[in-house]
Amino acid sequence: MRTLVIAKRVISQILRDKRTLALVFIAPLLILWLLNTMFSANNDVTARIGTVAVDQKIAKQMKKVTGITLKAYDKKATAKKALADDKLDGVIVYDQAAKKYEVTYANLDVSKTALTKTALKSALTATTITNLKNVVQKQSQLLPIAPQKQAKTVKIVNHYNYGDADSNFFNKMAPILMGFFTFFFVFLISGMALLKERTSGTLARLLATPVKRSEIVYGYMLGYGLLALLQASLIAIVGIYLLNIEVVGSLLSVVAISVLFGFVALAFGILMSTFAASEFQLMQFIPIVVVPQIFFSGIIPLDSMVNWAQVIGKLLPLTYAGDALTAIIMQGASLVDVWYDIMILIIFLVVLVLLNVVGLKRYRKV
Amino acid sequence: MNKTTNRIELSGLQKKFGSETVLTDVNLTVGAGEIVGLIGPSGAGKSTTINVMLGIERADGGQALILGQKMPNRKLLAEIGYMAQADALYDLLTARENLYFFGRMKGLSKAKLNEEIPHLAQLVDLTASLDKQVKNYSGGMKRRLSLAIALLGQPELIILDEPTVGIDPALRKKIWQELANLKAQGCSILVTTHVMSEAELTDRVALLFEGKIIAFDQPKNLEASYQVASIEQVFLKAEGEL
Repeated sequence: MRTLVIAKRVISQILRDKRTLALVFIAPLLILWLLNTMFSANNDVTARIGTVAVDQKIAKQMKKVTGITLKAYDKKATAKKALADDKLDGVIVYDQAAKKYEVTYANLDVSKTALTKTALKSALTATTITNLKNVVQKQSQLLPIAPQKQAKTVKIVNHYNYGDADSNFFNKMAPILMGFFTFFFVFLISGMALLKERTSGTLARLLATPVKRSEIVYGYMLGYGLLALLQASLIAIVGIYLLNIEVVGSLLSVVAISVLFGFVALAFGILMSTFAASEFQLMQFIPIVVVPQIFFSGIIPLDSMVNWAQVIGKLLPLTYAGDALTAIIMQGASLVDVWYDIMILIIFLVVLVLLNVVGLKRYRKV
Repeated sequence: MNKTTNRIELSGLQKKFGSETVLTDVNLTVGAGEIVGLIGPSGAGKSTTINVMLGIERADGGQALILGQKMPNRKLLAEIGYMAQADALYDLLTARENLYFFGRMKGLSKAKLNEEIPHLAQLVDLTASLDKQVKNYSGGMKRRLSLAIALLGQPELIILDEPTVGIDPALRKKIWQELANLKAQGCSILVTTHVMSEAELTDRVALLFEGKIIAFDQPKNLEASYQVASIEQVFLKAEGEL
C-alpha cells in the first residue's frame, strides 16, 4: 500500500519538474539524431593517385575501380611534390629496370591507402590474366584438339543474411549503443533524483515513519520505473527508425529487452546514489562504472580479448543486454532464444534491488 | 497500551562512531503531559540522542524505551510525531500533498487524513496556502508545515529537533503556545533548542555536555542550584565547571 503511495508521489514530482522531464526525452533524441547524422555521412572512399611511368593497360584497369582518379606525371619529383602538397593520396612509380612498383602513400586516411592498394593489386591481377588468356589462346590454336569456346567469366552473386552491401561497423554497434544509451540516461535520472531525496533530508524524514525499507525501494522502482519504461521504449523505437536499423526479429522484443535493461539501470542508479554524497560525486561514477561498460560489452568481440577483460565483461549487465539486442535485431532471435540473457538481467535486477533495501540500513537500523 | 508513566526513558545510553564516543551516559525521562528541553552546545550529541530514540541509530550500550517499548522498533514510529532540524519537504508538492504523503506513510487512512489536514493547516495558519507548491513557501511557512506534519495522527509523543531555528520571534511565540496547548491535551514533548530563553518555557531541562546529561531538573531548580538567574547562565556556568 505504502509502495503505491510512494510511487504516486514520485510520479507527480516527475510530472511537475518540466525541465527534467523535457531533458529525459529530448537528450536521447538529440544523441540519436547526431549519431544518425554522423554515420549516414557519405562514406564512399576516393583516392587521387599520381602515376609515373606506369603502363597504360595497368592504368586503364585501375581507373575501373570506383573512387580512383589517376593523373600521370612525367617526373617522380613532381608527383612527390603533389603528394606533399596534399594534392594526391598516393604516388605509384614503375621502375622499368627493376620491374617493380614503388608506391608512396600519404596515409592520412587509412581507407584511402587501402583503396589504392586494392586498386593496384586488382589491376595487376587483371592484366596478368589478360596476358595469360592471350598466351593460352595462341597456344590452343596450335593444338590439334578443337579449343573450347571462350571460357565464361565467373560471376559472384552476394547475398546478405543481415543488412546489405552498405552495412558497416555501425550496424554491429547500433544494438549495443542503444542499450548503452538506455542505461546511461536512466542511470543519470534515477541517481540524481535519489540523491536529491538524500541531500534534502526527505529520505531521512521518510525513514522516521513506520515505512518499510523495502516499501521505499519498491515505490521508487515503480515510480521511476514508469519513466524508465517510457525512456527505454523511446530510445529503442526512435533509435531503430532514425538510425534506419534493420530489425530481423520483433520490434516488441527489442522494446521488452530495453525496458528490462532500463530497470536494471534504475536499480543501479539508486544504489550508486547511496555511495555518492553530492551530484559531483555521482558524476564521477560515470567514467568509472558507466562508460567502461561500452568497451566490455561486445562492440569489440569479447573472445578476442585477454582473459581478464572477458571476465569483467561477463560481470557487466550491458554485455547481456547488448547480446540479446544483437541477437534479436541481427539474427531474428525471439525472447525465448535469448532466455539466458534475460535470466541474467533479472538476476542483476533482483540483486540490485535487494542491495538497495539493505543499503537503506545506513539511514535507519530497522 | 502504555502503562509506564514515562513516554521516553533513556538509561545509560552509549553510542560510538568508530573510535569516537558521542554518547557516554545519557539518562533522560519524559513523563506524560510534560515538555522536556534538551540543550547543549553543538556537537554535544543532541541529534545522536534523537536518532537513537527514533531507531535511526542503534545504541552501543544502555537502552532507549519509547512508550514502554525498546528502540529500534519500526512500528512504534507510527506513534511518534517528529520534526527534523532541516525542513525535509517535497518542494514540488503542495503543502496538502506533503501532509497527505507523510500521513499515509504513518499509516493513517485517506478518510482520516481528509478530516485532519484542514484542521492541522488551521492550527499552523497555513489554510490559505495549503494548495501552493512548497517551493514557493517562505522559511517560516516551511517550519510551520513541518510542525503540522509532526502533529499528524495526534501522537502522544512529539520529538522536535530545533523547531524554532531561523524563525521570527512572533512565530516562535506561536509555536510555543501550540506546544503548551498540546501539553494541556496530555501530549509529551521533547524539544532540543539553542535558544536559552525557550528552555525557561519547558517543565524540565536536560543539559547535555560531551555525550553526558550533567543536569536534569526544572528550570527554576537548576537556576537555584547554580545560583544564577537564567538558564543561559546555568549553561555557561556548567560549561565552565567541566
